[in-house]
Amino acid sequence: MLEVTNLHAKVADVENGEILRGLNMTVNPGEVHAIMGPNGGGKSTFANVLAGRTDYEVTGGDIKLDGESIIELAPDERSHKGIFLAFQYPAEIPGVRPWQFMKAALDAQKEARGEKKLSVREFSKLFDAKVKQVKINPDLMKRSLNEGFSGGEKKRNEMLQLATLEPRLAVLDETDSGLDVDAMRIVAESVNALRSPDRSFILVTHYNRLLHHIVPDVVHVLVKGQLVQTGGPELAVEIERDGYKRFMPEPAAAGA
Amino acid sequence: MTTAAISPTIAAYASEFAAVRASANSNSSSWLTSLRESAWAEFEKIGFPTTRRGNETWKYTDLGRLDRETFSRSFGEISLAEVKSAAPWSDDWQTAVVVDGKFVAGLSNNLSGAGVSVTELEASAAADEAVIKSALGQVAKVEGNAFVALNTALFSGGVFVNVAAGVETEQPVHIINIVTAGADNRASYPRTLVTAGANSKASVIESFINLSDGPQFVVPVIEVSLGEGSTVTHYRIQLENEKTIHLGTTRTVHPANAVFNSTSFATGPAIGRNDVHTLLAEPGAETTLHGLYITNGKSHQDNEISTTHEKPHGTSHQYYKGILAGKSRAVFSGRVVVKPGAMKTLAEQKDMNLMLSHGAEIDTKPSLEIYADDVKCAHGATAGHVDKNMLFYLMSRGVSRHDAAFMLVAGFAGEIVDEFQPAQVSEFLYKKLETIIPGLDSEGIL
Ligand SMILES: Nc1ncnc2c1ncn2[C@@H]1O[C@H](COP(=O)(O)OP(=O)(O)OP(=O)(O)O)[C@@H](O)[C@H]1O
Ligand SMILES: [Mg+2]
Repeated sequence: MLEVTNLHAKVADVENGEILRGLNMTVNPGEVHAIMGPNGGGKSTFANVLAGRTDYEVTGGDIKLDGESIIELAPDERSHKGIFLAFQYPAEIPGVRPWQFMKAALDAQKEARGEKKLSVREFSKLFDAKVKQVKINPDLMKRSLNEGFSGGEKKRNEMLQLATLEPRLAVLDETDSGLDVDAMRIVAESVNALRSPDRSFILVTHYNRLLHHIVPDVVHVLVKGQLVQTGGPELAVEIERDGYKRFMPEPAAAGA
Repeated sequence: MTTAAISPTIAAYASEFAAVRASANSNSSSWLTSLRESAWAEFEKIGFPTTRRGNETWKYTDLGRLDRETFSRSFGEISLAEVKSAAPWSDDWQTAVVVDGKFVAGLSNNLSGAGVSVTELEASAAADEAVIKSALGQVAKVEGNAFVALNTALFSGGVFVNVAAGVETEQPVHIINIVTAGADNRASYPRTLVTAGANSKASVIESFINLSDGPQFVVPVIEVSLGEGSTVTHYRIQLENEKTIHLGTTRTVHPANAVFNSTSFATGPAIGRNDVHTLLAEPGAETTLHGLYITNGKSHQDNEISTTHEKPHGTSHQYYKGILAGKSRAVFSGRVVVKPGAMKTLAEQKDMNLMLSHGAEIDTKPSLEIYADDVKCAHGATAGHVDKNMLFYLMSRGVSRHDAAFMLVAGFAGEIVDEFQPAQVSEFLYKKLETIIPGLDSEGIL
């Protein structure tokens, strides 16, 4: 499904300072991959580059979805192809109501795929069901998108969008951080409910805790812009026990 | 002081006033006639404020056109169906229709409501002399103000909204001011007087709709004479065309515990001015002045928003938001004066602008003049662009760049638009935004 080869990226409009430095990753349909790694390693950058954020410039390598490069596609076009990013820090958007936003988003996706749009009534029914499913306070749906939401409420709102849009490749950037035990379970349920042979997930996380609820097929360690280790779920256990010390480059080798 | 430069176009207004004077017959109230006379005398004395040098109140707004172009009153025709399709309408509301500045009873609806009467001001001048005489021209004073003076001298009919003491209304009074198509260079002088009895509560919507596409001159004045403990909520909708000069004035005087809330939506004109002054003359008075201005092309919108706190325990909130595109300009000149002795005053001022193009310009100057101790005042102004982070968030869910930008701009506007009540009015404005926003010259953001 997803094939990332030798991906290099830096912040657009700065000279040097590559953040991703030759990242390789293959995600097959139905797989769940976890990415762990020390702070500042480039996990969020990778997630945002996948979603097409133009603040970053891809300076080398390629990202292929179903065999086709998506590097040139705008964020909305990637979304139409089934990519979804649950943000580490979702933006607060004054005056945009969650209901209207999701209706517009789903309409745009359906239109791009040549599918029939839902009527207002059909969408309302779907959305209400998803609101119940992710157990988000329905009063929040009357407010501006994410505005004044607590950290946990924002994450639940990301799960609501995930559940509503049903993407084929969902990237969750630390959706589990800052969540209470119940909320964590809801994140896990949202993901597990969507797991299917043709849908894949990339979970960026710092905690093995999430991986008890969502058992990954593959665990990667991302350090300084590269995947330095790939293994099974046991890798997450080792990291929790030993930290990242053994993955860090030797001080002498740093900058080489 | 040097003598004011009198506009070469003044003669046209003088001959109009001569006609008004001549038509004043035995039916006209003599006090109203003399009010008009003194207003005209004031206008003749000061002329249009077109002098650029040292002209602080018109520093950012050049009215030079008024020295070169003449505008005069003339009245077109319009059907009720056209009125209803141009402005929000409900049969439940009390609606006064003013066509090219003249009150038209035949198009109006529900004028005598329970506790609230809506009548032609001029026609009521004799019968309701006691109420009207003590308010008209007393709240909106002609001294030093060319446009209040001109309006007072030349208004045609006018609208008088009288809310009886203790009455709390559910439905609003809506005054629909329409400039008809069919003639250019029309001048119109819509005049509204609202008197609110003690402890009454009412809301007044004023819509200004221009159906012509030529240059017009619209000079409305609304004055609100509040009773003790009364609350008047005012909504002002200005939908102008890009050739018109629209200079509106709103004035209130507050006795003890009187509240005036006003929300404005202004877009369109070549030169627009929304000049609001609320005078908190007695303790415990309150005013909330909110507004949204949207400018595009070469349009210019000036917001002159001021409050004077004369007595203790007053509260004022000024909050304006601007959306600027093309090569347009907007001005926010917010002023709060806290007079000596007006202790425990609470005053806030804020102006926020969303800049959609590099060619647009905002002059924002919120100012506080505080001459009293023990007050709580805050002010601020911002100008920013469409947030890239927000744009990416919306697009990442599949919404196109254009739609995402629309959502952000409409969302910015929405905070003010949502204030318009009944909901039918805010829905009307949202519908307008659906055509206004995509029409903004935003250098590709939209
Ligand atoms: N837009 C940006 N401008 C400047 N520097 C950036 C930008 N985005 C990322 N960086 C830098 O790139 C590096 C990687 O950041 P990134 O957010 O991808 O790390 P992360 O692995 O997600 O970290 P964390 O675990 O703390 O979330 C950091 O040093 C960060 O400061
Ligand atoms: Mg991160």
